[in-house]
Amino acid sequence: MTDSKYFTTTKKGEIFELKAELNSDKKEKKKEAVKKVIASMTVGKDVSALFPDVVNCMQTDNLELKKLVYLYLMNYAKSQPDMAIMAVNTFVKDCEDPNPLIRALAVRTMGCIRVDKITEYLCEPLRKCLKDEDPYVRKTAAVCVAKLHDINAQLVEDQGFLDTLKDLISDSNPMVVANAVAALSEIAESHPSSNLLDLNPQSINKLLTALNECTEWGQIFILDCLANYTPKDDREAQSICERVTPRLSHANSAVVLSAVKVLMKFMEMLSKDLDYYGTLLKKLAPPLVTLLSAEPELQYVALRNINLIVQKRPEILKHEMKVFFVKYNDPIYVKLEKLDIMIRLASQANIAQVLAELKEYATEVDVDFVRKAVRAIGRCAIKVEQSAERCVSTLLDLIQTKVNYVVQEAIVVIKDIFRKYPNKYESVIATLCENLDSLDEPEARAAMIWIVGEYAERIDNADELLESFLEGFHDESTQVQLQLLTAIVKLFLKKPTETQELVQQVLSLATQDSDNPDLRDRGYIYWRLLSTDPVAAKEVVLAEKPLISEETDLIEPTLLDELICYIGTLASVYHKPPSAFVEGGRGVVHKSLPPRTASSESTESPETAPAGAPPGEQPDVIPTQGDLLGDLLNLDLGPPVSGPPLATTSVQMGAVDLLGGGLDSLIGGPNFVAPPAAAVPASLGAPIGSGLSDLFDLTSGVGTLSGSYVAPKAVWLPAMKAKGLEISGTFTRQVGSISMDLQLTNKALQVMTDFAIQFNRNSFGLAPAAPLQVHAPLSPNQTVEISLPLNTVGSVMKMEPLNNLQVAVKNNIDVFYFSTLYPLHILFVEDGKMDRQMFLATWKDIPNENEAQFQIRDCPLNAEAVSSKLQSSNIFTIAKRNVEGQDMLYQSLKLTNGIWVLAELRIQPGNPSFTVLQLSLKCRAPEVSQHVYQAYETILKN
Amino acid sequence: MSASAVFILDVKGKPLISRNYKGDVPMSEIDHFMPLLVQREEEGALAPLLSYGKVHFLWIKHSNLYLVATTLKNANASLVYSFLYKTVEVFCEYFKELEEESIRDNFVIVYELLDELMDFGFPQTTDSKILQEYITQQGNKLETGKSRVPPTVTNAVSWRSEGIKYKKNEVFIDVIESVNLLVNANGSVLLSEIVGTIKLKVFLSGMPELRLGLNDRVLFELTGRSKNKSVELEDVKFHQCVRLSRFDNDRTISFIPPDGDFELMSYRLSTQVKPLIWIESVIEKFSHSRVEIMVKAKGQFKKQSVANGVEISVPVPSDADSPRFKTSVGSAKYMPEKNVVIWSIKSFPGGKEYLMRAHFGLPSVEKEEEEGRPPIGVKFEIPYFTVSGIQVRYMKIIEKSGYQALPWVRYITQSGDYQLRTS
Repeated sequence: MTDSKYFTTTKKGEIFELKAELNSDKKEKKKEAVKKVIASMTVGKDVSALFPDVVNCMQTDNLELKKLVYLYLMNYAKSQPDMAIMAVNTFVKDCEDPNPLIRALAVRTMGCIRVDKITEYLCEPLRKCLKDEDPYVRKTAAVCVAKLHDINAQLVEDQGFLDTLKDLISDSNPMVVANAVAALSEIAESHPSSNLLDLNPQSINKLLTALNECTEWGQIFILDCLANYTPKDDREAQSICERVTPRLSHANSAVVLSAVKVLMKFMEMLSKDLDYYGTLLKKLAPPLVTLLSAEPELQYVALRNINLIVQKRPEILKHEMKVFFVKYNDPIYVKLEKLDIMIRLASQANIAQVLAELKEYATEVDVDFVRKAVRAIGRCAIKVEQSAERCVSTLLDLIQTKVNYVVQEAIVVIKDIFRKYPNKYESVIATLCENLDSLDEPEARAAMIWIVGEYAERIDNADELLESFLEGFHDESTQVQLQLLTAIVKLFLKKPTETQELVQQVLSLATQDSDNPDLRDRGYIYWRLLSTDPVAAKEVVLAEKPLISEETDLIEPTLLDELICYIGTLASVYHKPPSAFVEGGRGVVHKSLPPRTASSESTESPETAPAGAPPGEQPDVIPTQGDLLGDLLNLDLGPPVSGPPLATTSVQMGAVDLLGGGLDSLIGGPNFVAPPAAAVPASLGAPIGSGLSDLFDLTSGVGTLSGSYVAPKAVWLPAMKAKGLEISGTFTRQVGSISMDLQLTNKALQVMTDFAIQFNRNSFGLAPAAPLQVHAPLSPNQTVEISLPLNTVGSVMKMEPLNNLQVAVKNNIDVFYFSTLYPLHILFVEDGKMDRQMFLATWKDIPNENEAQFQIRDCPLNAEAVSSKLQSSNIFTIAKRNVEGQDMLYQSLKLTNGIWVLAELRIQPGNPSFTVLQLSLKCRAPEVSQHVYQAYETILKN
Repeated sequence: MSASAVFILDVKGKPLISRNYKGDVPMSEIDHFMPLLVQREEEGALAPLLSYGKVHFLWIKHSNLYLVATTLKNANASLVYSFLYKTVEVFCEYFKELEEESIRDNFVIVYELLDELMDFGFPQTTDSKILQEYITQQGNKLETGKSRVPPTVTNAVSWRSEGIKYKKNEVFIDVIESVNLLVNANGSVLLSEIVGTIKLKVFLSGMPELRLGLNDRVLFELTGRSKNKSVELEDVKFHQCVRLSRFDNDRTISFIPPDGDFELMSYRLSTQVKPLIWIESVIEKFSHSRVEIMVKAKGQFKKQSVANGVEISVPVPSDADSPRFKTSVGSAKYMPEKNVVIWSIKSFPGGKEYLMRAHFGLPSVEKEEEEGRPPIGVKFEIPYFTVSGIQVRYMKIIEKSGYQALPWVRYITQSGDYQLRTS
């Protein structure tokens, strides 16, 4: 006899019948009725009307029946809170039942009834159950505390349940310990500030002991909890790692991944010179490989995490390329992940094998997979220079297959290869041109057009090719249009005589007939450039392009470190921080890897990395090139960002001839007509769309006139210390000159004369550039304001603090000394904007130990405001990009003594009053970082 | 930390049964699951983790059912998937098969199990042998009121109950090695690995302490016996009964076993071995007319050994017809539903070489969509033999009552994921 019969009551008056049966005297009938009710509930029928009748069945010695009634209660109590009270008595009674199974059942169910009125009654039974003699009841009660906390946190705290829960961590039964840890972690997660999991070496030791004894799930709770602990030094980290490594041999993949998380995190604290560090690296590889034989979903989680691990510590799996080879019957999500990891592991040593595999994949039938495989070949070429030639020839082979989507993908990646290795593989252009007609995807068309424009001088019929695209200009997607515009302008600059008509045509198509503001703006800019200064146009449009980097697809180091702390969780699968997908501010604590700290007894040099700055040689990533350089000159291959719609201005063609003599040298012949000035959007200064801001380096130069931030004057020398002379002052920097603005007040009774000033040697060689000139004697109670120009050519001596300046002022009465701290930003020079390429290179070049991280709180500014504020103090934004909804600014500044400081500023959006700016500074002279940070803070907060 | 609720859905996405563990995700959210799944599938972006608004769905599929866990938090994904698989395992042991019917027929016990397996999103007791001691299908039995929590549930030894008795104390040890092989179309071996498992059938009374000795190279080196023939185990995974820290210290495999069948350990070796059965194939496709297939299989193992139940599956185009076969041994059969020819050889001695030829007609009108090139697969079993050379040196069984117990060992090598790509 099966239970399915309970589902088959569809008669009218069913509820009524059930009611009668529930109130029957016969136990058996009652039970049958309850089963029918539950069956109805299961299929989604509303049986809440039976609430009182079902609750009446609660007092029974039949466990099965009791469980069913409890189940019913959990489902409907919320909709019938008043009647739910009826159940309380039975719950309380059941919590004292001699049978532990019933005690546990009662306390477990009560916690699931999310009705406020009931929670109060729950406290006493819960308190008893937490001290129950049976571990089965205690472990259930431990979880119940977390449930109750979720309903009424205050109540739990007031009742002291949290302390009881903490005590359970020392329980003799491992399962109780595990559940207590799980409950505490859960509570702590929603209340990050509560410091509930007060982890210390003693409690850690208890957890590690329990780890050996509890169930697989308990082991996961404990490992996840351990991962939140930061050992005090490398010794402690090592000893925890030693006790965690045996878990790597557990049959449950989730236990293995949680152990990997702890190890990856604590490894950060170990010196690479330690033998143990090497041992640990070796121990990690085999279990990670074995995870690939788990069920596909677990494989997927494992692969997403391995993807992070190979970015963080490539050495772990560098010899394991083969295990990531794709199998025919792998699910597509597994295939794609394997492909990605293969590229990350590709190196000179294994590239031949990888390419052979990729070529194999590129001839499969799954379109998505094939495309990814072709892209992967391109990524290999860019990553492993020695393989570029082979990759190109493999791509050519694939183009010969004439499979449409393969050809298109191949052309897109060949364009990238050209950008990485300019002037090397142009011989293949002819082959590419043969396939021009088959390209129907915008990305491929745009790539091909870019290639034609870029190498116009080598393609005899470049004009014809481009002209052929022009015919259907308005049917093309924006990225193709933009690319075509640029390519034709390039062509014109290279072969001005034959292509003048073509360029006129495209410019008018772009400016007059298009509704797309980006396209129009770009058209105008080119037009004006060409008409006013063709030489400049050449310099701008045909400028040398920065090379693309091999690491464009790596995860930002800070994000990577955070994700390493979340191994095994959703964050590690999405490759996003939890803040990006978990609702609300609760539970969103940014995690970061622990800094390396050597134990005091250790013979190692006691260098302590700044908090949050991970030592180690993980690859540094600077913003994706594609984002940085989505500029006019190069590539519009990402989806275009459309600017705000602008009112269309009518262009009167040929009305005014603005063309100077400049262009004549280029074309010589008919007049080249420029659009009237009025047609150009009035505010070139405001960034419109994505293109404009890049062509005109809008930022540089703007704002320098207004000068850096000037602090209000402060009293440096009080009158009582200087026989009546009071000096207050501040520092300013305007248009490249630094001055010290002084205010001298005579508070004495006699006249002061013969003023002079002198600086002690200081860190940056600040010195007066002129004598202190007080023209008239200073009478009593008189005040004079003087601006003393400064230069930075004085003698240098490192001061403590770095920005300390000791000053001596003399007058007819005496010599007085005082010292003051000058804000570092007066030393930021106007030409502190670093070239992007330089920035990339320098960022990588400066060792990670030199990186310092700071937080600027309560600064409710958006990226643009921040950027322009900093700009006026000569901190230049080189690039901006948006990562997971956070704006990242990459900035540079230069000090008067030539020291460069590079910055990455992360702006976390959200509640404006809680905006936190994360500042990472890299500088070859790390001691300035602290002061640069203060300068940032000063500038931004004023 | 983990799941907020767990659902079992039928193939159309209709909930058959569900359990809300935390109450922070409305149960109606599950209605978005199936449309989302279909949409992702169409986009070619299907993954085991889907999200709709703020809700994340972690799902697995078992026969015609979907098991879905929902969460709002940054849950431990690997824990959730492993829990879902464990749930399937438990249900399968309770109901033999997990399918729509068995859920319906046993909904009461399914609810009871869901209640016991997880609490507030934390997996609890998931060992079906232990669960069966206090959650039984005959609810009536419990009416006596004597049902108790078996102490095992919360014991440190949570996998074995006390008081087990057998007249004859025996342990059967099966050492099974599966060979995974991936061979390129041009015949070079891309990947070759051995995944071994040691399975135990335990019929022992009381609480016996077992110790298993293998010819493990690391152990031999530790104990200075490196001259003896040994095997280097690359990665070893153990059943939770094995004391992992002990193994980590001195490579001793010591444990108190569960009762009955279980998998004690698994290991992996990536030592390159000669492929046991080597296949050479020529598949010639003459468009619009015919396909000709020639497959040569060679047993590359010791002459004394015999591979049993050899099945070689060779892909054929889906529109092929009128098959004709010729085999030097065994029989060939066309399986149109799988688009393969299966060549079965009951017994295949080492060193022998066999041949099969197949001929298919092709329609004159060709199919539009291109077909993939599935690999040739091989299945086989070679008894009394392990490729790695692993050996059980001893199995020590100590129980306080001091009985004598007999260990029996059996070795077998079989095909795992054994694929040879075709050109």
